[in-house]
Amino acid sequence: MDSLEIFTEKLLVELDSFPPESLKPDTHYRQLPEWSSMHVLIIIAFCETEYGITVTGEDLRGCSTLRDLHNLLLTRQ
Amino acid sequence: MEYELLSPSEQQLFVKTTGIRYRHVARPGLTTGDLCYAAATELLKKLNWRGEDVDLVIMVSQSPDYFLPATAIILQDRLGMKKSSVALDINLGCSGYVYGLSVISAMMQTGAFKKALLLAGDVSTAATNKKDKSTYPLFGDAGTATALEYNRDYEIAFDLNSDGSGQRAIYIPHGGIRHPIDSTTFKEQTLEGGIIRHHRNLWLDGSEVFNFSVREAPTSIQTLMNFTGTTPDEVDYLILHQANKLMDETIRKKLKFPAEKVPYTLHDFGNTSSASIPLTIVHACRERQALTTKWLLSGFGVGLSWGSALLTTHNVVLPEIQYI
Repeated sequence: MDSLEIFTEKLLVELDSFPPESLKPDTHYRQLPEWSSMHVLIIIAFCETEYGITVTGEDLRGCSTLRDLHNLLLTRQ
Repeated sequence: MEYELLSPSEQQLFVKTTGIRYRHVARPGLTTGDLCYAAATELLKKLNWRGEDVDLVIMVSQSPDYFLPATAIILQDRLGMKKSSVALDINLGCSGYVYGLSVISAMMQTGAFKKALLLAGDVSTAATNKKDKSTYPLFGDAGTATALEYNRDYEIAFDLNSDGSGQRAIYIPHGGIRHPIDSTTFKEQTLEGGIIRHHRNLWLDGSEVFNFSVREAPTSIQTLMNFTGTTPDEVDYLILHQANKLMDETIRKKLKFPAEKVPYTLHDFGNTSSASIPLTIVHACRERQALTTKWLLSGFGVGLSWGSALLTTHNVVLPEIQYI
Protein backbone atom coordinates (compact mmCIF):
# COMPACT_ATOMS: atom_id res chain seq x y z
CA MET A 1 0.00 0.00 0.00
CA ASP A 2 1.27 3.43 -0.95
CA SER A 3 2.10 6.01 1.70
CA LEU A 4 -0.57 8.59 2.48
CA GLU A 5 1.36 11.14 0.44
CA ILE A 6 1.57 9.02 -2.70
CA PHE A 7 -2.00 7.76 -2.27
CA THR A 8 -3.21 11.37 -2.07
CA GLU A 9 -1.17 12.38 -5.12
CA LYS A 10 -2.57 9.53 -7.22
CA LEU A 11 -6.14 10.06 -6.08
CA LEU A 12 -6.02 13.79 -6.77
CA VAL A 13 -5.12 13.02 -10.39
CA GLU A 14 -8.29 10.90 -10.66
CA LEU A 15 -10.51 13.38 -8.84
CA ASP A 16 -9.22 16.17 -11.06
CA SER A 17 -11.87 18.80 -10.29
CA PHE A 18 -10.48 20.40 -7.13
CA PRO A 19 -8.41 23.60 -7.17
CA PRO A 20 -4.74 22.99 -6.32
CA GLU A 21 -4.06 22.81 -2.58
CA SER A 22 -7.77 22.72 -1.70
CA LEU A 23 -7.88 18.97 -1.04
CA LYS A 24 -5.28 17.69 1.38
CA PRO A 25 -5.13 14.52 3.49
CA ASP A 26 -7.01 16.11 6.39
CA THR A 27 -9.46 18.23 4.40
CA HIS A 28 -13.12 17.36 5.05
CA TYR A 29 -13.82 16.78 1.37
CA ARG A 30 -17.62 16.79 1.61
CA GLN A 31 -17.47 20.39 2.70
CA LEU A 32 -15.70 21.48 -0.47
CA PRO A 33 -18.02 23.21 -2.96
CA GLU A 34 -16.70 21.03 -5.80
CA TRP A 35 -17.60 17.77 -4.01
CA SER A 36 -20.18 15.66 -5.88
CA SER A 37 -21.63 12.14 -5.74
CA MET A 38 -19.58 11.42 -8.88
CA HIS A 39 -16.46 11.65 -6.73
CA VAL A 40 -17.73 8.70 -4.66
CA LEU A 41 -17.74 6.56 -7.81
CA ILE A 42 -14.32 7.82 -8.84
CA ILE A 43 -12.90 6.85 -5.44
CA ILE A 44 -14.51 3.40 -5.58
CA ALA A 45 -13.09 2.81 -9.07
CA PHE A 46 -9.66 4.08 -8.06
CA CYS A 47 -9.40 1.80 -5.01
CA GLU A 48 -10.52 -1.14 -7.15
CA THR A 49 -8.19 -0.64 -10.08
CA GLU A 50 -5.15 0.79 -8.29
CA TYR A 51 -5.14 -1.42 -5.20
CA GLY A 52 -7.61 -4.22 -5.90
CA ILE A 53 -9.52 -3.17 -2.75
CA THR A 54 -13.31 -2.90 -2.65
CA VAL A 55 -14.68 0.18 -0.95
CA THR A 56 -18.44 0.70 -0.74
CA GLY A 57 -20.61 3.78 -0.55
CA GLU A 58 -21.27 2.92 3.07
CA ASP A 59 -17.50 2.75 3.75
CA LEU A 60 -17.12 6.18 2.27
CA ARG A 61 -19.94 7.58 4.39
CA GLY A 62 -17.75 6.63 7.39
CA CYS A 63 -14.78 8.59 6.00
CA SER A 64 -14.45 12.37 6.11
CA THR A 65 -10.87 12.85 4.91
CA LEU A 66 -8.41 11.20 2.55
CA ARG A 67 -6.47 10.14 5.63
CA ASP A 68 -9.57 8.26 6.86
CA LEU A 69 -9.82 6.59 3.46
CA HIS A 70 -6.14 5.66 3.43
CA ASN A 71 -6.48 4.16 6.91
CA LEU A 72 -9.49 2.15 5.72
CA LEU A 73 -7.50 0.76 2.81
CA LEU A 74 -4.66 -0.21 5.15
CA THR A 75 -7.09 -2.38 7.12
CA ARG A 76 -8.29 -4.04 3.91
CA GLN A 77 -4.93 -5.08 2.51
CA MET B 1 -25.56 17.73 -22.27
CA GLU B 2 -27.83 20.59 -21.27
CA TYR B 3 -29.26 20.12 -17.83
CA GLU B 4 -29.80 23.11 -15.67
CA LEU B 5 -29.62 21.24 -12.34
CA LEU B 6 -25.91 20.58 -12.98
CA SER B 7 -23.53 23.54 -13.02
CA PRO B 8 -21.10 23.73 -15.97
CA SER B 9 -18.32 22.19 -13.86
CA GLU B 10 -20.71 19.44 -12.64
CA GLN B 11 -21.75 18.76 -16.24
CA GLN B 12 -18.11 18.44 -17.21
CA LEU B 13 -17.51 15.98 -14.35
CA PHE B 14 -20.67 14.09 -15.28
CA VAL B 15 -19.60 13.69 -18.91
CA LYS B 16 -16.09 12.67 -17.87
CA THR B 17 -17.30 10.07 -15.34
CA THR B 18 -20.30 8.60 -17.12
CA GLY B 19 -19.16 9.09 -20.71
CA ILE B 20 -22.64 10.37 -21.57
CA ARG B 21 -22.89 13.50 -23.72
CA TYR B 22 -26.15 12.89 -25.62
CA ARG B 23 -29.32 10.89 -25.08
CA HIS B 24 -32.38 10.21 -27.21
CA VAL B 25 -35.71 10.69 -25.49
CA ALA B 26 -38.93 9.22 -26.85
CA ARG B 27 -41.64 11.80 -27.43
CA PRO B 28 -44.78 11.36 -25.31
CA GLY B 29 -46.88 8.49 -26.62
CA LEU B 30 -43.98 6.71 -28.33
CA THR B 31 -43.64 3.35 -26.65
CA THR B 32 -41.02 0.64 -26.34
CA GLY B 33 -43.26 -1.47 -28.55
CA ASP B 34 -43.17 1.24 -31.22
CA LEU B 35 -39.38 1.46 -31.06
CA CYS B 36 -38.94 -2.30 -31.30
CA TYR B 37 -41.54 -2.53 -34.05
CA ALA B 38 -39.58 -0.03 -36.14
CA ALA B 39 -36.37 -1.98 -35.54
CA ALA B 40 -38.04 -5.29 -36.34
CA THR B 41 -39.64 -4.18 -39.60
CA GLU B 42 -36.35 -2.77 -40.84
CA LEU B 43 -34.54 -5.97 -39.91
CA LEU B 44 -37.17 -8.22 -41.52
CA LYS B 45 -36.87 -6.17 -44.72
CA LYS B 46 -33.08 -6.55 -44.76
CA LEU B 47 -33.32 -10.30 -44.19
CA ASN B 48 -36.14 -10.74 -46.67
CA TRP B 49 -38.28 -12.35 -44.00
CA ARG B 50 -42.00 -11.87 -43.73
CA GLY B 51 -43.76 -11.51 -40.39
CA GLU B 52 -45.50 -14.83 -40.96
CA ASP B 53 -42.10 -16.56 -41.29
CA VAL B 54 -41.32 -15.80 -37.63
CA ASP B 55 -42.72 -18.31 -35.16
CA LEU B 56 -41.40 -16.92 -31.88
CA VAL B 57 -41.09 -13.38 -30.54
CA ILE B 58 -39.73 -12.47 -27.12
CA MET B 59 -39.87 -8.89 -25.85
CA VAL B 60 -37.49 -7.84 -23.09
CA SER B 61 -38.54 -4.63 -21.37
CA GLN B 62 -39.37 -3.01 -18.06
CA SER B 63 -41.42 -0.27 -19.68
CA PRO B 64 -44.07 -2.27 -21.52
CA ASP B 65 -46.77 -0.65 -23.62
CA TYR B 66 -49.34 -1.83 -21.04
CA PHE B 67 -49.29 -3.50 -17.63
CA LEU B 68 -51.16 -6.19 -19.57
CA PRO B 69 -51.34 -7.70 -22.15
CA ALA B 70 -47.72 -8.53 -22.93
CA THR B 71 -46.16 -6.23 -25.51
CA ALA B 72 -44.80 -9.22 -27.45
CA ILE B 73 -48.34 -10.34 -28.21
CA ILE B 74 -49.29 -6.88 -29.43
CA LEU B 75 -46.24 -7.02 -31.69
CA GLN B 76 -47.20 -10.49 -32.95
CA ASP B 77 -50.22 -8.77 -34.41
CA ARG B 78 -48.42 -5.65 -35.64
CA LEU B 79 -45.71 -7.70 -37.34
CA GLY B 80 -48.19 -9.94 -39.12
CA MET B 81 -47.01 -13.11 -37.39
CA LYS B 82 -49.19 -16.22 -37.51
CA LYS B 83 -51.60 -16.87 -34.65
CA SER B 84 -49.80 -20.18 -34.11
CA SER B 85 -46.62 -18.29 -33.15
CA VAL B 86 -45.39 -17.90 -29.57
CA ALA B 87 -45.11 -14.43 -28.04
CA LEU B 88 -44.04 -13.53 -24.51
CA ASP B 89 -42.41 -10.80 -22.46
CA ILE B 90 -39.44 -10.97 -20.13
CA ASN B 91 -39.36 -8.38 -17.32
CA LEU B 92 -35.66 -7.59 -17.11
CA GLY B 93 -33.55 -4.51 -17.76
CA CYS B 94 -29.77 -4.27 -17.90
CA SER B 95 -29.22 -8.05 -18.02
CA GLY B 96 -32.22 -8.51 -20.29
CA TYR B 97 -30.54 -8.92 -23.65
CA VAL B 98 -28.28 -11.72 -22.43
CA TYR B 99 -31.17 -13.39 -20.60
CA GLY B 100 -33.36 -12.94 -23.67
CA LEU B 101 -30.76 -14.61 -25.87
CA SER B 102 -30.55 -17.46 -23.37
CA VAL B 103 -34.30 -18.04 -23.24
CA ILE B 104 -34.86 -17.72 -26.97
CA SER B 105 -31.98 -20.01 -27.88
CA ALA B 106 -33.08 -22.59 -25.28
CA MET B 107 -36.55 -22.59 -26.83
CA MET B 108 -35.14 -22.84 -30.34
CA GLN B 109 -32.62 -25.58 -29.72
CA THR B 110 -35.31 -28.25 -29.81
CA GLY B 111 -35.96 -27.32 -33.40
CA ALA B 112 -39.53 -26.32 -32.55
CA PHE B 113 -38.91 -22.76 -33.75
CA LYS B 114 -37.11 -21.98 -36.99
CA LYS B 115 -37.09 -18.18 -37.03
CA ALA B 116 -37.36 -15.94 -34.00
CA LEU B 117 -37.18 -12.31 -33.00
CA LEU B 118 -35.68 -11.03 -29.76
CA LEU B 119 -36.89 -7.50 -29.11
CA ALA B 120 -35.20 -5.55 -26.33
CA GLY B 121 -35.62 -1.97 -25.21
CA ASP B 122 -37.00 0.57 -22.80
CA VAL B 123 -38.43 4.05 -22.58
CA SER B 124 -36.55 4.53 -19.29
CA THR B 125 -36.93 8.29 -19.40
CA ALA B 126 -40.62 7.87 -18.57
CA ALA B 127 -39.64 6.80 -15.04
CA THR B 128 -36.98 9.39 -14.25
CA ASN B 129 -37.68 12.69 -12.48
CA LYS B 130 -36.17 15.76 -14.12
CA LYS B 131 -35.33 17.03 -10.65
CA ASP B 132 -33.27 13.92 -9.89
CA LYS B 133 -29.78 14.77 -11.10
CA SER B 134 -28.50 11.31 -10.17
CA THR B 135 -30.75 9.52 -12.69
CA TYR B 136 -32.38 11.91 -15.17
CA PRO B 137 -29.28 12.60 -17.29
CA LEU B 138 -28.21 8.94 -17.40
CA PHE B 139 -30.91 7.25 -19.43
CA GLY B 140 -31.85 7.27 -23.09
CA ASP B 141 -34.65 5.45 -24.90
CA ALA B 142 -34.14 2.76 -27.52
CA GLY B 143 -35.67 -0.37 -29.01
CA THR B 144 -33.85 -3.16 -30.82
CA ALA B 145 -34.60 -6.31 -32.76
CA THR B 146 -32.39 -9.38 -33.17
CA ALA B 147 -33.31 -12.14 -35.60
CA LEU B 148 -32.27 -15.73 -34.94
CA GLU B 149 -32.53 -18.71 -37.29
CA TYR B 150 -32.38 -22.32 -36.13
CA ASN B 151 -29.11 -24.16 -36.72
CA ARG B 152 -28.70 -27.51 -35.00
CA ASP B 153 -24.93 -27.16 -34.76
CA TYR B 154 -24.82 -23.63 -33.41
CA GLU B 155 -23.81 -22.97 -29.79
CA ILE B 156 -24.03 -20.01 -27.46
CA ALA B 157 -22.54 -20.29 -23.96
CA PHE B 158 -24.06 -18.44 -21.00
CA ASP B 159 -23.35 -17.58 -17.40
CA LEU B 160 -26.50 -16.27 -15.67
CA ASN B 161 -27.03 -15.04 -12.10
CA SER B 162 -29.58 -13.41 -9.82
CA ASP B 163 -29.54 -11.73 -6.40
CA GLY B 164 -32.89 -10.47 -5.17
CA SER B 165 -31.35 -9.16 -1.96
CA GLY B 166 -30.30 -6.18 -4.09
CA GLN B 167 -33.88 -5.43 -5.18
CA ARG B 168 -33.76 -1.89 -3.84
CA ALA B 169 -30.56 -0.90 -5.63
CA ILE B 170 -32.67 0.03 -8.66
CA TYR B 171 -36.43 0.01 -8.33
CA ILE B 172 -39.71 1.86 -8.75
CA PRO B 173 -41.41 1.62 -5.34
CA HIS B 174 -45.10 2.10 -6.22
CA GLY B 175 -47.40 0.86 -8.93
CA GLY B 176 -47.14 -2.89 -8.47
CA ILE B 177 -49.26 -5.08 -6.24
CA ARG B 178 -46.79 -4.75 -3.34
CA HIS B 179 -47.57 -1.02 -3.12
CA PRO B 180 -50.30 0.16 -5.49
CA ILE B 181 -50.56 3.79 -6.49
CA ASP B 182 -52.11 5.80 -3.67
CA SER B 183 -52.28 9.33 -2.36
CA THR B 184 -48.62 9.28 -1.30
CA THR B 185 -47.21 7.99 -4.59
CA PHE B 186 -46.62 11.25 -6.39
CA LYS B 187 -45.53 13.32 -3.39
CA GLU B 188 -41.97 14.33 -4.14
CA GLN B 189 -39.28 13.72 -1.54
CA THR B 190 -35.99 15.56 -1.24
CA LEU B 191 -33.12 13.20 -0.48
CA GLU B 192 -29.45 13.72 0.35
CA GLY B 193 -27.63 15.77 -2.26
CA GLY B 194 -30.77 17.64 -3.29
CA ILE B 195 -32.14 14.65 -5.22
CA ILE B 196 -35.93 14.88 -5.71
CA ARG B 197 -38.05 11.81 -6.46
CA HIS B 198 -41.54 10.44 -5.97
CA HIS B 199 -42.50 6.81 -5.62
CA ARG B 200 -43.35 6.22 -9.25
CA ASN B 201 -39.86 7.38 -10.26
CA LEU B 202 -36.76 5.23 -10.62
CA TRP B 203 -34.84 5.01 -7.34
CA LEU B 204 -31.16 4.28 -7.95
CA ASP B 205 -28.41 3.72 -5.38
CA GLY B 206 -25.44 4.66 -7.54
CA SER B 207 -22.64 3.42 -5.31
CA GLU B 208 -24.35 0.09 -4.57
CA VAL B 209 -24.91 -0.54 -8.28
CA PHE B 210 -21.33 0.49 -9.03
CA ASN B 211 -19.90 -1.90 -6.39
CA PHE B 212 -22.15 -4.73 -7.58
CA SER B 213 -21.22 -4.26 -11.23
CA VAL B 214 -17.45 -4.07 -10.79
CA ARG B 215 -17.60 -7.10 -8.50
CA GLU B 216 -19.95 -9.41 -10.41
CA ALA B 217 -19.52 -8.59 -14.09
CA PRO B 218 -15.80 -9.49 -14.21
CA THR B 219 -16.49 -12.70 -12.26
CA SER B 220 -19.28 -13.70 -14.64
CA ILE B 221 -17.19 -12.97 -17.72
CA GLN B 222 -14.18 -14.80 -16.33
CA THR B 223 -16.37 -17.78 -15.34
CA LEU B 224 -17.67 -17.98 -18.89
CA MET B 225 -14.21 -17.68 -20.40
CA ASN B 226 -12.90 -20.41 -18.09
CA PHE B 227 -15.88 -22.67 -18.86
CA THR B 228 -15.39 -22.33 -22.61
CA GLY B 229 -11.58 -22.22 -22.51
CA THR B 230 -11.57 -18.77 -24.14
CA THR B 231 -8.90 -16.13 -23.67
CA PRO B 232 -9.27 -12.36 -24.21
CA ASP B 233 -7.03 -12.71 -27.28
CA GLU B 234 -9.63 -14.94 -28.94
CA VAL B 235 -12.51 -12.51 -28.37
CA ASP B 236 -13.07 -9.87 -31.02
CA TYR B 237 -15.36 -7.68 -28.93
CA LEU B 238 -16.38 -7.49 -25.29
CA ILE B 239 -19.73 -5.67 -25.31
CA LEU B 240 -20.65 -4.44 -21.85
CA HIS B 241 -24.00 -3.07 -20.80
CA GLN B 242 -23.62 0.68 -21.28
CA ALA B 243 -24.35 2.04 -17.81
CA ASN B 244 -21.43 4.26 -16.92
CA LYS B 245 -18.04 4.58 -18.58
CA LEU B 246 -16.06 4.66 -15.34
CA MET B 247 -17.82 1.46 -14.25
CA ASP B 248 -17.25 -0.27 -17.57
CA GLU B 249 -13.63 0.83 -17.72
CA THR B 250 -13.09 -0.58 -14.23
CA ILE B 251 -14.56 -3.90 -15.43
CA ARG B 252 -12.41 -3.81 -18.58
CA LYS B 253 -9.23 -3.16 -16.60
CA LYS B 254 -9.98 -5.93 -14.10
CA LEU B 255 -10.32 -8.37 -17.00
CA LYS B 256 -7.27 -6.94 -18.78
CA PHE B 257 -9.15 -6.49 -22.06
CA PRO B 258 -7.54 -3.97 -24.42
CA ALA B 259 -9.54 -0.77 -24.97
CA GLU B 260 -9.95 -1.37 -28.71
CA LYS B 261 -11.98 -4.51 -28.00
CA VAL B 262 -14.47 -2.73 -25.71
CA PRO B 263 -16.57 -0.22 -27.67
CA TYR B 264 -18.93 2.35 -26.16
CA THR B 265 -22.18 4.02 -27.20
CA LEU B 266 -22.66 5.89 -23.90
CA HIS B 267 -21.49 9.15 -25.45
CA ASP B 268 -24.27 9.27 -28.02
CA PHE B 269 -27.11 7.31 -26.41
CA GLY B 270 -26.69 7.14 -22.61
CA ASN B 271 -27.88 4.09 -20.69
CA THR B 272 -30.49 2.38 -22.88
CA SER B 273 -31.18 -0.53 -20.53
CA SER B 274 -31.63 -3.89 -22.31
CA ALA B 275 -31.09 -2.21 -25.70
CA SER B 276 -27.55 -1.14 -24.89
CA ILE B 277 -25.74 -4.32 -25.95
CA PRO B 278 -27.38 -4.75 -29.39
CA LEU B 279 -27.27 -0.97 -29.92
CA THR B 280 -23.53 -0.99 -29.32
CA ILE B 281 -23.05 -3.88 -31.73
CA VAL B 282 -24.97 -2.07 -34.48
CA HIS B 283 -23.50 1.36 -33.85
CA ALA B 284 -19.89 0.62 -32.98
CA CYS B 285 -19.03 -2.67 -34.68
CA ARG B 286 -20.34 -2.26 -38.21
CA GLU B 287 -17.04 -3.25 -39.77
CA ARG B 288 -17.60 -6.81 -38.51
CA GLN B 289 -20.63 -7.43 -40.71
CA ALA B 290 -18.96 -9.62 -43.29
CA LEU B 291 -16.49 -11.16 -40.89
CA THR B 292 -16.61 -14.07 -38.51
CA THR B 293 -16.75 -12.45 -35.09
CA LYS B 294 -16.48 -13.83 -31.56
CA TRP B 295 -18.56 -11.71 -29.20
CA LEU B 296 -18.50 -11.71 -25.41
CA LEU B 297 -21.59 -9.91 -24.08
CA SER B 298 -22.28 -8.95 -20.47
CA GLY B 299 -25.34 -7.28 -18.95
CA PHE B 300 -25.68 -6.39 -15.24
CA GLY B 301 -28.02 -4.31 -13.14
CA VAL B 302 -31.60 -4.10 -12.00
CA GLY B 303 -32.79 -7.08 -9.97
CA LEU B 304 -30.02 -7.56 -9.22
CA SER B 305 -29.51 -9.68 -12.30
CA TRP B 306 -26.46 -10.30 -14.41
CA GLY B 307 -25.31 -12.55 -17.20
CA SER B 308 -22.74 -13.06 -19.90
CA ALA B 309 -22.85 -14.78 -23.27
CA LEU B 310 -20.22 -15.97 -25.71
CA LEU B 311 -21.20 -16.43 -29.34
CA THR B 312 -19.76 -16.30 -32.82
CA THR B 313 -21.43 -14.72 -35.81
CA HIS B 314 -20.68 -15.25 -39.48
CA ASN B 315 -21.85 -12.54 -41.87
CA VAL B 316 -24.16 -10.82 -39.38
CA VAL B 317 -26.66 -8.35 -40.86
CA LEU B 318 -26.58 -4.97 -39.12
CA PRO B 319 -29.16 -2.47 -40.45
CA GLU B 320 -28.58 1.22 -39.83
CA ILE B 321 -30.04 2.72 -36.67
CA GLN B 322 -33.31 4.52 -37.27
CA TYR B 323 -34.35 7.62 -35.37
CA ILE B 324 -38.13 7.90 -35.12
